[in-house]
Amino acid sequence: MKHQGFTMSTATLRPKQKKRVSLKARQTRALNAFLIYGAVALFVIATLAPVVWLFISSVSSNSDLTDLPLRWLPNKLDLSRYAALLQPGGAGAEFLAAMRNSLVITLGATFLSIMVAIPAAYSFSRSKGIRGNLLYAVLATYMVPPVALVLPLYSLLSALHLLNTTFGLALVYCTILTPFTTWLLKTNFDAVPLEIEESAQIDGLNRWAVLYRIVIPLALPGLSTAVVWAILLGWDEFFYALIFTSNVNAKTLPIAIADFAAGRAVDYGLICAAGALAAVPPLIIGFLLQKGLMSGLTSGSVKG
Amino acid sequence: MTQRHDQRTAWLMLLPALTIVLGAIGYPLVRTLYLSFTDARLTAFNVTPAWIWFQNYVAALTNPSFQASAVRTAYFVIVNIGLELILGLLVALLLNQAFKGRAFIRALLIVPMALPTVVNAIMWRWIYNPEFGALNALLTQLHLLNEYRSYLGDPDIAMNMIILADVWKNYPIVALVALSALQLIPLELYEASSLDGASVWHQFWKITLPSIIPALTVVIVLRTIEAVKVFDIIYVMTRGGPADSTRTLSFEVYQEAFSKLQAGSGAAYAYIVVLISAVLIALYIVLLRRQEKIS
Repeated sequence: MKHQGFTMSTATLRPKQKKRVSLKARQTRALNAFLIYGAVALFVIATLAPVVWLFISSVSSNSDLTDLPLRWLPNKLDLSRYAALLQPGGAGAEFLAAMRNSLVITLGATFLSIMVAIPAAYSFSRSKGIRGNLLYAVLATYMVPPVALVLPLYSLLSALHLLNTTFGLALVYCTILTPFTTWLLKTNFDAVPLEIEESAQIDGLNRWAVLYRIVIPLALPGLSTAVVWAILLGWDEFFYALIFTSNVNAKTLPIAIADFAAGRAVDYGLICAAGALAAVPPLIIGFLLQKGLMSGLTSGSVKG
Repeated sequence: MTQRHDQRTAWLMLLPALTIVLGAIGYPLVRTLYLSFTDARLTAFNVTPAWIWFQNYVAALTNPSFQASAVRTAYFVIVNIGLELILGLLVALLLNQAFKGRAFIRALLIVPMALPTVVNAIMWRWIYNPEFGALNALLTQLHLLNEYRSYLGDPDIAMNMIILADVWKNYPIVALVALSALQLIPLELYEASSLDGASVWHQFWKITLPSIIPALTVVIVLRTIEAVKVFDIIYVMTRGGPADSTRTLSFEVYQEAFSKLQAGSGAAYAYIVVLISAVLIALYIVLLRRQEKIS
């Protein structure tokens, strides 16, 4: 920087100096690029290595996994864990039942929540009288620690004979998903211009028709965002599932995997394979709907 | 007339959601408060429990085990959120630079985020395994470690190892929010200050950081609310052990209510967690409303 000031003042030396500066600038740029690509490489390794290791472990035989010193690639591909998990009978019976329960509960709770969140979010978005504190109260309920609700919910489910049922757990998941999807959808409906609706209302459509025929089609990307987040949250839930389910009737994947990991005869490869299979649906959904995932994340924090 | 009709429709549209919120969150919240003043037991819901005023709260707050759990939770939250903030900021700054394949590399942040918490927990538990784990193998093969050691079995470091696993999964949320805030900063601001001869360091403190602090604050408060509740990763990785060194408040509530079956005092434990969370939730909402007003 100081060099530059010096060259400016001495006009005769300018061409030569300029060349030297540009060489230096090129060097700095090369160094910068080197540092950036180095840091990026570090980031990629730190992000992928644990997951790749989970996958490698899931296709390594037990003797490869327990061989010391550890070699990072197995001698042979061993797919027996995947075969065991995906076949009915043995570990597979438990795993497949848990996969089914997770699917039913997550999709059921997502559907229920979205159904009630759509009109609620629209109402919050459009009605000035209702907007405000009530909306924030609804948002706050999503963040209430589950430990504060679990005892009464337990006796409630028990009284309704819904303990250890997929329906009961799906209902409980609505306590998380409904406030959250309502909030996400509300920010999306806010972005739909009022003018279109007003002209539709003049044409004689009532509020419900306006919502379902005009607003929802326009807010479809936002709707898919809410659905994705609801599925990810439901698929990941652990605490309620641990307390409200007890066997294959309703046990979800996270609980089944925790059970595998807690067993006395621990097969690390099997646990890794179960984990890898459980991670596939959310990873696929996450990558397919990247943009939606981002906007869901930022609508609660950045107003973009 | 239509105005009033509209108002009625607006409430009608809210009704299903409000029913769920009031029935499945509001009622249990009040019921737990009631239980926290009684000596209710989980196995005897038919028996009317005795009202014992603040005895459960006094017992909880004077219980050394509960106090230790509160301290552990505070440690978990502070270290965890501090690391997430630093790492999230650094990675966001990195991924905001120009380099080849940037869109793809950015998308990698989704991997830890989308990975289910329990899968993250078993994955790191396997990596930390004292006999066959990848961490021991890596460190000894790099000659950074002389012999295999225990991680989750060592009360001195078990909590730190869980924090590491949790940060790996959750810092991408902070990074993504910071990244999207960085992209909103007008480039002209940097160009103008470059002409004024400002250094990169100076630009970071005067332009970059002030522009992303509002978004960062909100996501950090949100992450703090989540961290206070921490349960699942601890349940799967250590179950609160070894020697209670990873027992957090949520774990304390879980054991009091569901292992010892003390619904009354479990509810009081839970309400102490609720009060801590309530302060943070209020802070979150105040920040969010302020941002809404600005935009």
